[in-house]
Amino acid sequence: MSTLKLDLQTYKDLMKQYIETQNEQALYNAEQFSKHSIQQNISPDEIINVHFQALMELYPDVPDDIRNSMNFLLETMISYGLAYQEYQALREKQLELQSELSVAAKMQQTLLSTVKPEYNQLDVGATSHPAKQMNGDYYHFVEDQEGSLGIAIADVIGKGVPAALCMSMIKYSMDSFPEKRMEPSIVLEGMNRVVERNVDPSMFITMFYGLYDTKDNRFFYSSAGHEPGFYYSAKEDTFKDIEAEGLVLGVDRDTSYKQFEQQVDPGDMIVLLTDGVTECRSGDDFIEREEIAEVIRHYKHLPAQEITDQVYSHFERLQDFQLRDDFTLVILRREV
Amino acid sequence: MDFQSCVNIKKEWDIVGARQLGRDIAKKVGFGNVDQARIATAISELARNIYLYAGSGKVCFDAIDELNEKGLRIVAIDEGPGIQDVSQVMEDGFSTSGGLGAGLPGVKRLMDEFDVISRQGEGTEIKVVKWLR
Ligand SMILES: Nc1ncnc2c1ncn2[C@@H]1O[C@H](COP(=O)(O)OP(=O)(O)O)[C@@H](O)[C@H]1O
Ligand SMILES: [Mg+2]
Repeated sequence: MSTLKLDLQTYKDLMKQYIETQNEQALYNAEQFSKHSIQQNISPDEIINVHFQALMELYPDVPDDIRNSMNFLLETMISYGLAYQEYQALREKQLELQSELSVAAKMQQTLLSTVKPEYNQLDVGATSHPAKQMNGDYYHFVEDQEGSLGIAIADVIGKGVPAALCMSMIKYSMDSFPEKRMEPSIVLEGMNRVVERNVDPSMFITMFYGLYDTKDNRFFYSSAGHEPGFYYSAKEDTFKDIEAEGLVLGVDRDTSYKQFEQQVDPGDMIVLLTDGVTECRSGDDFIEREEIAEVIRHYKHLPAQEITDQVYSHFERLQDFQLRDDFTLVILRREV
Repeated sequence: MDFQSCVNIKKEWDIVGARQLGRDIAKKVGFGNVDQARIATAISELARNIYLYAGSGKVCFDAIDELNEKGLRIVAIDEGPGIQDVSQVMEDGFSTSGGLGAGLPGVKRLMDEFDVISRQGEGTEIKVVKWLR
């Protein structure tokens, strides 16, 4: 109550000052006053009332008609006051949600973290960026004692919290596989059964699993409806799609996945990605897959990690720094 | 409870009657312009809900005039279908008038005390109080 009285006095003084001088200083003060009032959660109808009271105190002889018109104004402003208070309450709620979400996002980051492997003959780069706070993309490296590197990359169709929850399940199922060399087709068939049993049929998950044998530089892979990656041949300086047809996870529990094989020569690159990369847009147009290949070619002199980072920066800028979908890119390059 | 006065709500026009009576009593209790306007808005919301969702009912007013507290109690009673999920209705942004800040959460903000008793198929009773300060 005392603060409101104080505000009335301040308002009255400011108004009086303005009526007498009509100068900009007084108007600037009015601006400051309204900012201060907003900070104190004072709603517009209260300002009207303060104005009304100040007017009465300054001009006790205000005609009745004017008085009544002020009452009329006050009445119309009550609903604005309510809308304003609701806005304040929703804003607070939103801040709360946001901070909850960022805790969840941090947890997810820890949960999904994977150690990037180090090999002499294999240069590995990987980057993943969520469109919103939480990521519906997933990539994971699995090393075994026999010198094979497993690479999983998966994409939940959809984004945000539901996709992220789904992704956490994929992560746990992957962890429950034995840590020995695993055939890509076997991995996908196992994951297909997990998804079929546990995930709502309205959610689709695509996944690619590759196994790089560092002893003889052969790459085995299978895909469950996942966006095709690129194979870069250094000798020919060309990119070709890594085609591998296969049904998305969880549609039919008895799906089997075909396994493919690729001999990898020195300088060759395996590029794996999610559709957040291919569905980047510039303006209203989707970019062409060739464009992605061209951007990668442009940076191919760099270490694999820098290529993935640069490609990400390129498309981030192209989309005005607002990703439409989660973006994940993994590059493997045979060095020697 | 013995009420000073009630207004039956059957037609949309009755909302205005309820506002008028509520405002007159609020004035007598000693409420200023802002509080009168707030009370009238709360009455509108309660009466309109009766008109829209229950078909008919009444809004009653009771001036509280005790030694150390003065105020106005308003009770809106109907024998309509009842409110399905009161907690949900009291969440901001639920009202079908979405974004206008009105509805029952608005009534709660406009008044000092707010209580709902609603039974499915039996009706709704909403009791609110505004204290004179
Ligand atoms: N007296 C009532 N009887 C039955 N249902 C009611 C009553 N009052 C409110 N409701 C229900 O609660 C909902 C929310 O009411 P309210 O907050 O006033 O917002 P709105 O009327 O804009 O939807 C209404 O949509 C209605 O379903
Ligand atoms: Mg309503």
